[in-house]
Amino acid sequence: MFVLAAGLPTILPAQENKFGADGMPNGWRDDPTIYISLAEDGTVTVTCHRSEMGQGVRTSIAMVVADELEADWARVRVAQAWGDEERFGNQDTDGSRSLRHWFMPMRRAGGAARTMLEQAAAAQWGVPENEVRAANHVVTHAPSGRSLGYGALARAAAMLPVPDRGTVRLKESSAFRYIGKDTVGLIDNYDFTTGTAVYGIDARVEGMLYAVIARPPVYGGKVASYDAANALKVPGVLKVVTIAPPPIPSEFEPLGGVAVIARNTWAAIKGREALKVNWEDGPNAAYSSDTYRARLSEAAGKPGKVVRNEGDVERAMAGAAKRVSAEYYIPHLAQSPMEPPAALVRIVDGAAEAWACTQAPQATRGLLAKRLGLPVEKVKVNVTLLGGGFGRKSKPDFVVEAGLCSQAMDGAPVKVTWTREDDLHHGYYHTVSVERLEAGLDASGKPVAWLHRSAAPTIGSIFAPDPKHELPFELGMGLVNTPFDIPNIRAENPEAAAHVRIGWFRAVSNIPHAFAIQSFVAELAHAAGRDPKDYLLELIGPARIIDPTKIGDVWNHGEDPERYPIDTGRLRRVVETAAEGIGWGRSLPKGSGVGIAGHYSFVSYIAVAAEVAVGDGGRLSIPRVDIAIDCGPMVNPDRVRSQMEGAVIMGAGLATSAEISFKNGRAEQNNFDTYELTRIDSAPREIRVHLLPSTDYARPLGGVGEPGLPPVAPAIANAVFAATGKRIRQLPIRDQLST
Amino acid sequence: MASLTINGTVHEVDVEPDTPLLWVIREQVGLTGTKYSCGIAQCGACTVHVDGVATRSCTLPVSAVTPEQRIVTIEGLSPDGSHPVQKAWLELDVPQCGYCQTGQIMAAAALLQANPQPSDEDITVEMTNICRCGTYNRIKAAIKLAANGGAIRG
Repeated sequence: MFVLAAGLPTILPAQENKFGADGMPNGWRDDPTIYISLAEDGTVTVTCHRSEMGQGVRTSIAMVVADELEADWARVRVAQAWGDEERFGNQDTDGSRSLRHWFMPMRRAGGAARTMLEQAAAAQWGVPENEVRAANHVVTHAPSGRSLGYGALARAAAMLPVPDRGTVRLKESSAFRYIGKDTVGLIDNYDFTTGTAVYGIDARVEGMLYAVIARPPVYGGKVASYDAANALKVPGVLKVVTIAPPPIPSEFEPLGGVAVIARNTWAAIKGREALKVNWEDGPNAAYSSDTYRARLSEAAGKPGKVVRNEGDVERAMAGAAKRVSAEYYIPHLAQSPMEPPAALVRIVDGAAEAWACTQAPQATRGLLAKRLGLPVEKVKVNVTLLGGGFGRKSKPDFVVEAGLCSQAMDGAPVKVTWTREDDLHHGYYHTVSVERLEAGLDASGKPVAWLHRSAAPTIGSIFAPDPKHELPFELGMGLVNTPFDIPNIRAENPEAAAHVRIGWFRAVSNIPHAFAIQSFVAELAHAAGRDPKDYLLELIGPARIIDPTKIGDVWNHGEDPERYPIDTGRLRRVVETAAEGIGWGRSLPKGSGVGIAGHYSFVSYIAVAAEVAVGDGGRLSIPRVDIAIDCGPMVNPDRVRSQMEGAVIMGAGLATSAEISFKNGRAEQNNFDTYELTRIDSAPREIRVHLLPSTDYARPLGGVGEPGLPPVAPAIANAVFAATGKRIRQLPIRDQLST
Repeated sequence: MASLTINGTVHEVDVEPDTPLLWVIREQVGLTGTKYSCGIAQCGACTVHVDGVATRSCTLPVSAVTPEQRIVTIEGLSPDGSHPVQKAWLELDVPQCGYCQTGQIMAAAALLQANPQPSDEDITVEMTNICRCGTYNRIKAAIKLAANGGAIRG
């Protein structure tokens, strides 16, 4: 299946021992002629082939290249690659992988280009190559005192063959001027602050039309009949067309429905309001969150598919001095990037061109080609800036909708805009889960047995007949790879059927797994009469190296388990750092409390310590959060900081207020009035980010964009318990503290 | 037909009277720095100034705007990104994805116009725009930086 092969590396275990960037579709490139151009005025343009959605990747990729190239940052620009993995290597911007996979190829590209400049200068001066040196946009021959700027060498350097990668000398990390330093700002910031940055929704071409689409309110539903008469009377509405429903599971296909194409977006919106559509809801019409939760709970109460098993849990449980169990519920969420899905497509002379805010340009290209009946080489996908992604924009359904609308208008350019209501009603939702944990404690309060059952619909259900079990990549997000020092440990994954499109949401299955595990650790600490931070450290155990494949994680975020084993010493250190940061153990006023959680994901180690205050009527505020990250060596420390700040705020939102629920197959939330995201008044007042130093750039990089999120909600819930004695077992907290 | 004064220029636009100002600014006038995100005045991504007051343009029909009213969008806040709020946003690298930031900047500029030295509490009450990336703490810091004339003070 094309889409599965092209767009979904994350769901497949590593093939043939190919790890990291080697294991991704279309792999990596490090040819400087692909990524770097040098103009005769000295301007360096770095082509960034990863999508910018707020993680700062355009800045960070350019920093890596510029550093190895010895370029002057003031003369570095960035251009965005179109979707073409044959040319650029893998472009799927997900999985917190961009720098983890591309740090070394981009260093080599920059180093090769620098070498070519040095070779060009040496040839021009007739001196040995080892006597010239490039530094800060100038190549110098010290013995003769000659020097030439990069611009003057551009033409000659471009004529040279690209040196073999084995011969390219990379800089010593001690000589880095940008990598790991806070010396440069965001490369797009002027555009951001002046309104000139172009996102998918901003794309404009001559003669363009605008569309909004009425989609089936229930997944798997379709149009039974419709009447467009009133819609066509709305001034500006040009045409109403149907989009065929996809086969179920629908993969990345549009959901089908009725599209209203107009001269402007407002007319399209009014036209859609005037449509009369009778929907046939299909098999998911009975999906309701309250009854579904009961079903998940029932499944989690019984044995399920065993996905990790060490020792003899039954026997140890039977012999335990004390048994503790708890069940947690984590609801659906919508990614809801501030820019909703939006894309522009036109078809001219049998060739389609798209402008789209996509995290997956190649999958977008492939699916557009398939649905428009065009060869892939006749489809070009221009990647705009993304006004947030969080996993939603990894799915190209919205771009294909624009393609189909363009086709219906004889190739005229059509922009499809999703309204916020569309975004919440027709999403690829974060899974919903019941997590049940049970532990047997010995007389000292230490766990001797641990049983975790996770029941949650899988992302795999959008690609194949519902497997009803979490796939290896979901299990490997904190269910099977929890590195606790407990002799008898078992993880089970009972069946859970999907009734909506389930999709990636920043940090994915780590969210429910970490919430349950880290809440339960604090519950056990309480049962044992112990300090929760000390207890967590005891469960993590002494510093040691764990092979993830030996504890049931065959996925390991796609990375080589030898290069990326689990290092419990690193997990311990972030827990200790966060605790120290918040002043663990200090006395607090009544109604205040601190909580802690630590979680390993995306091959990075993160801990969060949160302080909460619960006031009159159960009003919750979060005065302060300390978050500590060890992601290995860092390229752009300030963007690591900003990702941690953002993760804390998004985490606070899903802990306290955000939920998508369903009734009769329909999402119950319509917009930001009912899907409540954190605003400035409910955000943690102070966020302190602790970056664990790592200066050895030979060590592998960890992920940054996602791993900050999972430990935030349990740290807050644990703090609530410390403040009030009320244990949060269901997210979001919302009004649970008012009673 | 509506006549709108945007960033000092009068625009005659041929739109239905119930069209929200947001869509007119974006599609008829072609200034795309003002953003759509919710359409119900919840998030503030569409914030512009109408006679100096921060206004959510996604629910304001053009028929309710007179030609005399001065509309300022992010493109008109300064000719070159030099408004103190824009400079503070640059200095502290506030944005992540950037999408909501034009609305945030317009809201912050109006706040400082009305209250040149806002307290933390003032900022928390007045800045109600949503940022999904979670840049609030830098937004707060940048507003204080701008209030202090670009100098970081304690």
